[in-house]
Amino acid sequence: MRIDAKGLHYRDLSEKIHQAANSGEREFILDNVNGQRYIGDGLTEDNIKIVVNGTAGNDLAAFMGMPHMGPTIIVNSGAQDGIGNTMSAGKVIIHGNAGDIVGHSMRGGRIYVRGDAGYRVGIHMKAYEHLYPVIIVGGTVGDFLGEYMAGGLIVVLGLDSGKDAPVIGNYTGTGMHGGTMYVRGSIKDYQLGKEVEKSNSGREDEKTLEEYLKDYCTCFSLDFGEIMDSSFIKLSPSSHRPYGKLYAY
Amino acid sequence: MAKRPTPAEFVIERDKEKCIACQACVRMCSNDAHSYDPETDLVSSTNSNCVGCHFCETICPTSALTIKRNPSQFKLNANWEARVIRNITKQAETGGILLSAMGSDRPHPIYWDHILLNAAQVTNPSIDPLREPMELRTYIGRKPDKIQLMVDTSRSAGKNKNQSTIDYALSTKLSPQLKLEIPVMFSAMSYGSISLNACKSLARAASECGTFYNTGEGGLHRELYGYSSNTIVQVASGRFGVHKEYLETAAAIEIKIGQGAKPGIGGHLPGEKVSTEISRTRMIPEGTDALSPAPHHDIYSIEDLKQLVYALKEAVRYKKPVGVKIAAVHNVAPIASGIVRAGADFVAIDGLRGGTGAAPAVIRDNVGIPIELAIAAVDNRLREEGIRNQASLIAAGGIRSSSDVIKAVALGADAVYIGTAALIAMGCNLCQRCYTGKCNWGIATQDPYLTKRLNPDIGARRLTKLLRAWNLEIKEMLGGMGINAIESLRGNREQLRGVGLSDTELKLLGIKPAGEAW
Repeated sequence: MRIDAKGLHYRDLSEKIHQAANSGEREFILDNVNGQRYIGDGLTEDNIKIVVNGTAGNDLAAFMGMPHMGPTIIVNSGAQDGIGNTMSAGKVIIHGNAGDIVGHSMRGGRIYVRGDAGYRVGIHMKAYEHLYPVIIVGGTVGDFLGEYMAGGLIVVLGLDSGKDAPVIGNYTGTGMHGGTMYVRGSIKDYQLGKEVEKSNSGREDEKTLEEYLKDYCTCFSLDFGEIMDSSFIKLSPSSHRPYGKLYAY
Repeated sequence: MAKRPTPAEFVIERDKEKCIACQACVRMCSNDAHSYDPETDLVSSTNSNCVGCHFCETICPTSALTIKRNPSQFKLNANWEARVIRNITKQAETGGILLSAMGSDRPHPIYWDHILLNAAQVTNPSIDPLREPMELRTYIGRKPDKIQLMVDTSRSAGKNKNQSTIDYALSTKLSPQLKLEIPVMFSAMSYGSISLNACKSLARAASECGTFYNTGEGGLHRELYGYSSNTIVQVASGRFGVHKEYLETAAAIEIKIGQGAKPGIGGHLPGEKVSTEISRTRMIPEGTDALSPAPHHDIYSIEDLKQLVYALKEAVRYKKPVGVKIAAVHNVAPIASGIVRAGADFVAIDGLRGGTGAAPAVIRDNVGIPIELAIAAVDNRLREEGIRNQASLIAAGGIRSSSDVIKAVALGADAVYIGTAALIAMGCNLCQRCYTGKCNWGIATQDPYLTKRLNPDIGARRLTKLLRAWNLEIKEMLGGMGINAIESLRGNREQLRGVGLSDTELKLLGIKPAGEAW
């Protein structure tokens, strides 16, 4: 189903999508999207595919997935803030840049951004049993990457940055108490929050990276070997209980 | 320096004549306050372990136990009272933030006790609720600015031609509403802060009484899905257990911004309390701290709040009311106005005396404003701006009785939330140690040995009885005022008078002093 989103209020646009999805439509192409919010919000069926031509608005794919495996959304240019807010499953592929709080409290599914992403990427992301959220950003990210992170995987590739150019911002992993981050490029200690530990990635890490990066590279026609040629720095939480000693009982 | 001894807070008095050394107290006390010596065949007690929950006193088969406040105290000092000395000593020992639970126990003014209700005498008749219908039904949700009616041809058609009446139907499309048979709901208490048996008691009672309970930020346990039509689910800053199905199942959704006991701060459920079942319900790994950040990281403004309100409305296709809960703070009226303008269908306001499972005592006792002033301020503001109909107002934080409920409604609230009162109905004696997870009453604990002490059938029955009693009392008070529907009392402050209040307080509450006629 092809929908011309030009001049459509977000509410009318999502009503069209939800109605068609309820009556069995599974493929959507949205043209002339110009910042309409909530595309894919609350959709759960796994065989739904939405292609967005234009700029997707805030809260793209919010509350998406569960109890099913979730839809796939492909945005052919950029997306605004709050992509994958509290998302549980599904896949979001952004060919351009993404705004702030990508994957806020995301619990499962994957978000791939080819370009840069804003502040607080993966904030309070969490994993649970078979649910394992993954965010991969091709370019750079702003401050507070993985703040309060409780689970899942974040990878920042810095593909378009020169050697030694900063790939992440400051306060990375502040309050982190679960999950893993990999950054391809250099990190200065001052960029990290107090609750994070830095290490070099080993063979096990390469296996993890391979599992997700191959898929990422396929989505954007990138050379996997070339990306893996650089070294990755691994960021892990120093404790699962960063604030355990605050209180007098 | 040696550790400074602080005298025990309580004394356990054991009547040796009565004690039969059955050891029930020894087995039951989760704080190890009692012990048995087989050599002497005597049961003795350790005062310093007692938290004052009175469980042993209740179950002792021979009534041999009495728990008393320890009379041996520090030298009297109006400035440096025992509480202060105890706190300083504890902090000098631990270096930590003092935790507490339940609502503030400080002597903040309780305005309910300074507000008196009216009754009809001679000039308008009072109503006898035992013989005449009284309406407590309340709808929570956005009300239209105006309604339009149309002739209902389907119903008029079948009628006798000689009948001149015409049936009308509503043509205005109404926003989703919650239907309450009594304007009292159970406040947000998460599975984790309270036991599953306590959650079940609340859910069953809500379903039996035609009202609602609130999940708090603890997710929805599988065994509670059956009560979904009486469930308000919460979406808080940690987003624990929040997913499409959770939202879809509920009758309404509440975005939690703040709580009266801890305005402006987040919450930490310590890892040791994140058991298998808790982890499954909150959808976080076992043993990991469940950290609820102070702010929602997608909400830094009213515009952002609007975005989340509509993200949730979109997710449930506009079929359920979405409300916002905030703590009563100094600027509560303009904030509530913003929340209504952000599209919330109800605003829940939790006052200074509101309860909690765990909060820093310094925040609980010092931050926020009393709920009475907040209701008056918010109701005024929304009326002045002509948007009072756009959202319902739910008052919470220290509602203790049916008279508090009816005064809250007369001040301007649509309904109230009760938390502490519900816990007391289930057995709680307010020892304020919920955060230890050792609740002897089986309420604020996850220990299977303790939780089985609360039978959800009995818990639900006691809550149902409490609401029945309040229902009867509210009807008596309403009837006495000559009012037969709670709707007619809402915001009807002429029915209230203040005693012992300053002019400023009377002005803020919008009520006249006792003694002043209409």
